[in-house]
Amino acid sequence: MTRVTRYAHGSRVPGWDQAADLDKEPAGVPEPALVEVPAALRREIEAAMALYPDRHSAALPALAAAQRLHGWCSPEAIEQVACVMRVTPAYLSSVATFYDMFELAPVGRHSVYVCTNISCSLRGADELYAALEDAAADDPQINLRSFECLGACDIAPMVSVEGSYYGPLQLADAQRLVDDLQAGREPIPDLALSRLRSADPNANA
Amino acid sequence: MSPARATTILLHEIDEPGLATLEVYERRGGYQAMRKALAMEPSAVLAELDASGLRGRGGAGFPAGRKAAFLPQGDMDRYLVCNADESEPGTFKDRELMAKSPHMLIEGIVIAAHAAGTSRAFIYIRGEYEAQARILDAALAEAAAAGYIGEHILGGDFSCAVVLHRGAGAYICGEETGLLDSLEGKRGNPRLKPPFPAIQGLYQGPTLINNVETLSTMPAIIRMGGAEYAKLGVSGSSGTKVVSVSGHVQRPGNYEVELGTPSREIIFTLAGGPPEGRKVKLWFPGGSSSPVLTAEDLDIPYDFDSLAKAGSMLGSGAIIVVDDATPVLDVALKLAKFYRHESCGKCTPCREGTNWTVRMLERIDAGEATPMDLDIMSSVQEHIIGNCLCVLGDAMAMPIGSMIVKFRDEFEAHMQSRQLAGAAAGAIA
Repeated sequence: MTRVTRYAHGSRVPGWDQAADLDKEPAGVPEPALVEVPAALRREIEAAMALYPDRHSAALPALAAAQRLHGWCSPEAIEQVACVMRVTPAYLSSVATFYDMFELAPVGRHSVYVCTNISCSLRGADELYAALEDAAADDPQINLRSFECLGACDIAPMVSVEGSYYGPLQLADAQRLVDDLQAGREPIPDLALSRLRSADPNANA
Repeated sequence: MSPARATTILLHEIDEPGLATLEVYERRGGYQAMRKALAMEPSAVLAELDASGLRGRGGAGFPAGRKAAFLPQGDMDRYLVCNADESEPGTFKDRELMAKSPHMLIEGIVIAAHAAGTSRAFIYIRGEYEAQARILDAALAEAAAAGYIGEHILGGDFSCAVVLHRGAGAYICGEETGLLDSLEGKRGNPRLKPPFPAIQGLYQGPTLINNVETLSTMPAIIRMGGAEYAKLGVSGSSGTKVVSVSGHVQRPGNYEVELGTPSREIIFTLAGGPPEGRKVKLWFPGGSSSPVLTAEDLDIPYDFDSLAKAGSMLGSGAIIVVDDATPVLDVALKLAKFYRHESCGKCTPCREGTNWTVRMLERIDAGEATPMDLDIMSSVQEHIIGNCLCVLGDAMAMPIGSMIVKFRDEFEAHMQSRQLAGAAAGAIA
């Protein structure tokens, strides 16, 4: 549940109360000669488009690739994707704003998602999130977000650090996680999900 | 601990080192079922699936064989989509299956694709499962190199490309038509049904959509034979089910049980029950979207029909246990906020209903509510159910509605204590 930024009169849309510029044309499909797209990004998007019968299906993987390169779905990133995919930037913006994992503003490069849904919160996820907020308060490189169920209720309360799962965390692990990230180490390796065997006694009988 | 049952199919030796690699999977007899199925006529494979009585493991519990048979015959492009968007709170079975035994899923996909006559398959995996997507990608590359997927599988006539597609974080994309829109590169808004995906789905072509666990079960069905598989479990709910148990239990995790096992055995014998000194207050039998049950319902057999008869559902097979130290209002508020956040906004009853439910629950917590608010909140839930394109709104309305009915006294007591606290604070000021 990301905090929603509010603009004039509580609206979510910046500048909604400003008069529209009626002379301005809506942005069309970008002109290939005018947009510089990094070669690696272009290759990745073209490879994604080739996987589907309809190139539009590559919107999610293409935006994800651009976000990895630019750090967020910046206007520049969206224009580059639009140029390669031959769609309008507005189409991609409409897609990017729907999904939680696309960042619509610049963020820190270490993503830390804390599951605060029902099963994790029953086991102290809200307190863990507060502890992480304190620990990471002055580090702009850490993109801390409370997130919906991440599908790891067996290690509740848990976090996803750059796509890898860790848990169950004690409150004291919050500071350790932040310290590890700041030191450039793998964070809390002893709590990685991959260490765990199945809980079912008959699974490996 | 009593030996609950001995049959493990999906979780059998799941932690064997290297099971995610083709070498170990094949040494254990992997891809033999696929060979057997490809040597059979598609109609014969469908007949085995039908005979197995396998019901979909994603939430709706629709018979898997019948669903595959719905795809019309003809010369159009048909698609198979594996729903690996597992986002239902409390559910984490597909994660473990995909991460530890990805080839079992790929084998199941080829079998289902052969049965339904699809030439392209997509695995839609939720964006948060990055590590699992990497494992699947590696397994797909191995299977392609071995000639098990792609053009002319095993040198025969059948071809099926399998593409892994990563989502980007949206609960609604687990809903099958929302998933299809997302896979087509759009916002994940559900579609009007009918036409159902089997008739008009991905790229307007006939599309079969199955959950990870459903597909992963198919190799075992072909290996054992449908009739043999149907002997597991109980009538109407055949086979085994991986149940994710979480919340207030001592050993949360995935447990594979034969359907029809008493719920008490799953929650207490396998998962260890609530912590010392605590009691079960309520439990969700099938993910956070299922109507809640109480301690009195613990002896209900865990299968589709028994849970439906008890007024709830098996859903995705995720048991969430809440103990007696947790206020029911906290649970309701947590859930309502989740569904408010995840509502796609397309249908008014869901978009507005989830929002107003959160606000009314917050009013109760703030001591500003009147007893009438509980009735209004109940009526909001009733007006959501059945009035939207998909069941996301219903998925909030069913558990919240059931909590208001079963814990009305507690809601009222909470309301009064907050009002008194507010009045006392006012008097002091």
